[in-house]
Amino acid sequence: MRRWEIWVGLLGLGMLVFGSYYGLVLAPREQYMGDVQRIMYVHVPTAWNTLLCFTASFVGAVGWLWTRSWKWDHLIESTIITGLVTGSLLAVQGAIWAKPTWGVWWTWDPRLTSVAVMVLSFLGILALRSFVDDPIKRATWSATAAVLAWVNIPFVYLCVRWMASLHQTQSTPKTVDPAMVFPLRVNAFAVLFIVIFFVATGWRIARELRKRELAE
Amino acid sequence: MNEALRECAAMIGKELSHLWRARARVAGTAAFALATLLLFSFAGGMNADLLRHNAAGYLWVGLLLASTLSLGESFRVETEHNALEMLLLLPVRPAAIFVGKAVGNLVVLLLVGLLMIPLCVVLFDAAPREGVGKLALTVLLGTASISAPGTMHAALASRARGRDLLLPLLLFPLVVPCVIAAVQASRACFTGDAMGELSSWLAVLVGFCVVHWSLGALLFERVVED
Repeated sequence: MRRWEIWVGLLGLGMLVFGSYYGLVLAPREQYMGDVQRIMYVHVPTAWNTLLCFTASFVGAVGWLWTRSWKWDHLIESTIITGLVTGSLLAVQGAIWAKPTWGVWWTWDPRLTSVAVMVLSFLGILALRSFVDDPIKRATWSATAAVLAWVNIPFVYLCVRWMASLHQTQSTPKTVDPAMVFPLRVNAFAVLFIVIFFVATGWRIARELRKRELAE
Repeated sequence: MNEALRECAAMIGKELSHLWRARARVAGTAAFALATLLLFSFAGGMNADLLRHNAAGYLWVGLLLASTLSLGESFRVETEHNALEMLLLLPVRPAAIFVGKAVGNLVVLLLVGLLMIPLCVVLFDAAPREGVGKLALTVLLGTASISAPGTMHAALASRARGRDLLLPLLLFPLVVPCVIAAVQASRACFTGDAMGELSSWLAVLVGFCVVHWSLGALLFERVVED
């Protein structure tokens, strides 16, 4: 493991502890939802970084289809796995927030449904990767499927939004108490650093696996 | 441009003649779709109002489930005896092969979908209040939206291990927006378009078709190359 990866991971972990402590203890109590709202300090950063992971896998897919350089395939593999982990966490956090707020664990809200479809789409691509033995075909086919899955996200969001939505509209720093914005920003960077750590580690593991496969 | 159109027309002709010889595939897919319609009636209870309200959903879920059989079959015949490799040796663009395959799949799904409409009327008492023409247009756009990504993923899955598992796993999440739009548009056709939403849902289907048919034509070469 590279030294910079360890430092980025530790920095992310430290910031997550600090940001979560600030959000849970020092940030003001939300007027309508009460303490339940404090899950936002991990939920929203997880959502942003999940989308970032799947967008990075789309970039990797285009990169592979364009250049046929293995580094892009490593990026596809590591970002899909990391995105699936953060996406699953996101769904669990969302359900924990939804039950006391909306009275149900799950609802067919645009953002919830988009995340569910996104996670299922990329889970299918991971399954595809495990079913293909030839590394070049695996890279090309999963890159193609990743492009199709990523392009689909706006359609899912638009369709479910037109049906109905319960989700609160996005807050902006202008409409939120600065004491709430600060821990949210700290945790956003904290989760980003943790994600970078996992993607970098996953990238190196993928590179070693490919080297071994291609040498056989 | 004319050359590309001629190649597409030749590939579509080849697919349609193959479909004519394999009519049993269309009949089998239709029988499967009809069986699912019957099963939905039992699973959803015998409440006539509920069945009528859910008819559009039953129609599209039945069609989607049936599509996995038809799509999988369309590439199974190409992978047997390396027929796909022979096809790639022809002096045509891979995009034309994609268009031919996707149109072939569209024809099968469209025929099955159109056959399911009178059955929905009989089984669920869901007469299309907005007219059969609008419902047929919805079925055309909805099946076109399934056939393009379906053809791409059938091409992928057909040459991988566990192809029967992979195709629905890859396809179902991808066609969620198309199913939502097609169900909402069909419901507006069945129950009446009081809110004037039919055209918006059809526009979503057109957008979905444009994106996925274009991407399919662009990326198909990468999927079938060795």
